[in-house]
Amino acid sequence: MTLAVEMKNITKTFYGMKANDDISFQVVKGEIHALLGENGAGKSTLMNILFGLYQADQGEIRIHEKPVKITDPQMAIQLGIGMVHQHFMLVDKFTVLENIILGAEPRKGTSIDYHKASKEIETLSNQYGLKINLNSQVRDISIGMQQRVEILKTLYRGADILIFDEPTAVLTPQEIQELASIMKNLTDEGKTVILITHKLKEILAIADAVTVIRRGKVCDSLRVKDTNEAELAEKMVGRKVTLQLDKEEKEREGLVLSLRDVRARDNRGLEALHGIDLEVYGGEIVGIAGVDGNGQSELIEVITGLRPVQSGEIVLAGDHITGLHTRQINEMGVAHIPEDRHRTAIVMDMTLSENLVLNSYFKEKFNKRGLLIEKSIKSHARKLIDKFDIRTPSESAKIRALSGGNQQKAVIAREIEGNPKLLIAAQPTRGLDVGAIEFIHRQILQERDQGKAVLLVSFELEEILSLSDRIAVIYEGRIVGIVDPKETTEQELGLLMSGRIKGKETADES
Amino acid sequence: MELLSILTTIIHNGVIYATPLIFAALGGVFSEKSGVVNIGLEGLMIIGAFASAVVTLWTDSPLLGLAAGALAGVLLSILHAVASVTFRAHQVVNGMAINFLALGLSIYLTKQLFNGSAQTTTLKTLIPKWDILWLSEIPYLGPMLFKTYPTSYLAVLVVILCGYLLFKTSFGLRLRAVGEHPAAADTMGVHVGRMRYTGVLISGALAGLGGAIITLTTTSNFSYSTISGQGYIALAAVIFGKWNPFGVLGASLFFGCVQALNSSAQVLGFSAYIPTAFIQMLPYVLTIIVLAGFVGKAEGPKAAGEPYIKGSR
Repeated sequence: MTLAVEMKNITKTFYGMKANDDISFQVVKGEIHALLGENGAGKSTLMNILFGLYQADQGEIRIHEKPVKITDPQMAIQLGIGMVHQHFMLVDKFTVLENIILGAEPRKGTSIDYHKASKEIETLSNQYGLKINLNSQVRDISIGMQQRVEILKTLYRGADILIFDEPTAVLTPQEIQELASIMKNLTDEGKTVILITHKLKEILAIADAVTVIRRGKVCDSLRVKDTNEAELAEKMVGRKVTLQLDKEEKEREGLVLSLRDVRARDNRGLEALHGIDLEVYGGEIVGIAGVDGNGQSELIEVITGLRPVQSGEIVLAGDHITGLHTRQINEMGVAHIPEDRHRTAIVMDMTLSENLVLNSYFKEKFNKRGLLIEKSIKSHARKLIDKFDIRTPSESAKIRALSGGNQQKAVIAREIEGNPKLLIAAQPTRGLDVGAIEFIHRQILQERDQGKAVLLVSFELEEILSLSDRIAVIYEGRIVGIVDPKETTEQELGLLMSGRIKGKETADES
Repeated sequence: MELLSILTTIIHNGVIYATPLIFAALGGVFSEKSGVVNIGLEGLMIIGAFASAVVTLWTDSPLLGLAAGALAGVLLSILHAVASVTFRAHQVVNGMAINFLALGLSIYLTKQLFNGSAQTTTLKTLIPKWDILWLSEIPYLGPMLFKTYPTSYLAVLVVILCGYLLFKTSFGLRLRAVGEHPAAADTMGVHVGRMRYTGVLISGALAGLGGAIITLTTTSNFSYSTISGQGYIALAAVIFGKWNPFGVLGASLFFGCVQALNSSAQVLGFSAYIPTAFIQMLPYVLTIIVLAGFVGKAEGPKAAGEPYIKGSR
């Protein structure tokens, strides 16, 4: 049993915060080793140190049992370390081939020898079962294939230790299975895999060993066969966690939102919604399941008035809202937790109290003939800080200074406070840790229990399955099936999401 | 027949006007492809035009004049590279500063060197036109394209060379990667800063050369108005040409011919029908129409204008 990677007593401090505090861990050659931890626990920092993007303040790294100093990624690559980044590092206007060879191009005279390069890559892709189209542009290929391109990039440079940073975040269940078998192929060929993740099920299914990191420290290293989901969750969070939400049965109420044959174009002018029919009743959560880029964003944007509707109609509690302005729709009772917190939900360089009135600053309460009434804006903020337990130095702190979870609490506070009829929650827990996720799920359930209609869009199937009363699956701009979460499985949803089977329009007449 | 000879004249002049635009716009392509917006093309052309005038006066060699123009462009563009790449200053504001600096500096130096005059003395030796054997004797086509300055023939060669460099070599692949997704290039071991410096310095050389060509073929001296907007039109040609050397060639020829139409209007008697002011507006109005009509479809390098900060997410 030889060690491929050994990191000893690694400490790394950012602005006085210990991101890694005396971390030691070992990876056995030919194994899949998972690094488990919540967001901000320090896993990515540790791997960025291994890949040479950061330098450790203290500690030692050994690769294949030899001590090394890794000062930049170039050096890591020479040592046979490759990294598959969470946000793919691909030039989307380049072909797959160009992306793979970039920085290590074989040459013939002064030109690039594309012929030799493609032959070499084809050999690799056959050896490891990584199916790709060398001459397609990256922007035209699926997310799954983009990931295979990332893997090939590392293999082409001769990597034998591959780091995967949250590789399954963007994949469908079928693609995740495919990735798992790719990882097995890699280890069968003698490669070593380090898998960064916060998903327990994946670890149990794929990994041989796991190291749990909490608040910058290693809290345990164990063999996967000796552990279980509950134990790992507890070690990761540091307390007992209930993985199950207690959700009470609830009779649904009157129709709140209905879409009839709604069509809309995407930013490139291509039709992205091909006639969407959807109904959401009061007191129910309808989950929209689908792979990113199948029209979810456009769907939310047409409901909230952010995108023009080409045809069809949208009705909110009996009133037509098709083509109305966003503020009018908002005033009529549609609250919206946007999918991209930093881009569309909050203004990072404004204060918390300012962010909390972004949808109401023009109201009489906060505004006197065009001048803002600072006093009432601040007291409003203090009220919401208390009510939603937003952790902040003060209401006048820039929202940038808050953690992701607290930023999201502020968004939810702002949106729920107006007592909406419909709450649209898009990716409400993206990038948050378990504690914040629990809080936000409870808020969403509470809205439903109060008889509000909730439309939930998420790429996390577990979230959709545990929160929704009905699940609508979206594929290429169409609702391809409506299923009951109690009667469906991740597998069935995955097949619907990949357009491989057509769902039946059930659960509507319940 | 009359129409054909008018067309011959316009195209002949169009090619001459287009030549400096081709060089400057190719420079713009290199800079932008590497991710640095270079609105300073105008200034780089000015400094190139000035340097070539002075050196040609001193040495009587237009060839040395051209070299001096390119060198001056490189030197001034170092300033743009240092500010935009190393210090991550705003690239558009930087470029504007280059434009003001170039004009001020070259007029100041002209006054110092030529006894307070705001323009240089007229050059005695310019670049002569070359007739290409056989080809120049083709009726109409010959006078249009093959009885012109060697710099125009050189421009076509440089276009081909740039196309090869950008799309067939490692250097080109890396330069384009840095302009599209610098973080991706960085993780693959490409030095982002080094590539961007190279891109900007090449743009300095080419734009400086463009300015020198204007002095040495058209104006035959340097004054404040030697370069009057050509740098901006070259910038438009970069976009209209979709950041591609061959596209840039076509776009520059288009703008060159519009300028030729403008300058021949009086000679050809158009001005009897249309006020000259309107004809003079033509290049600029057409630039706006062309860019408004085509830019929507043109997609530039994704990271152009964005400084790269290592390790940022």
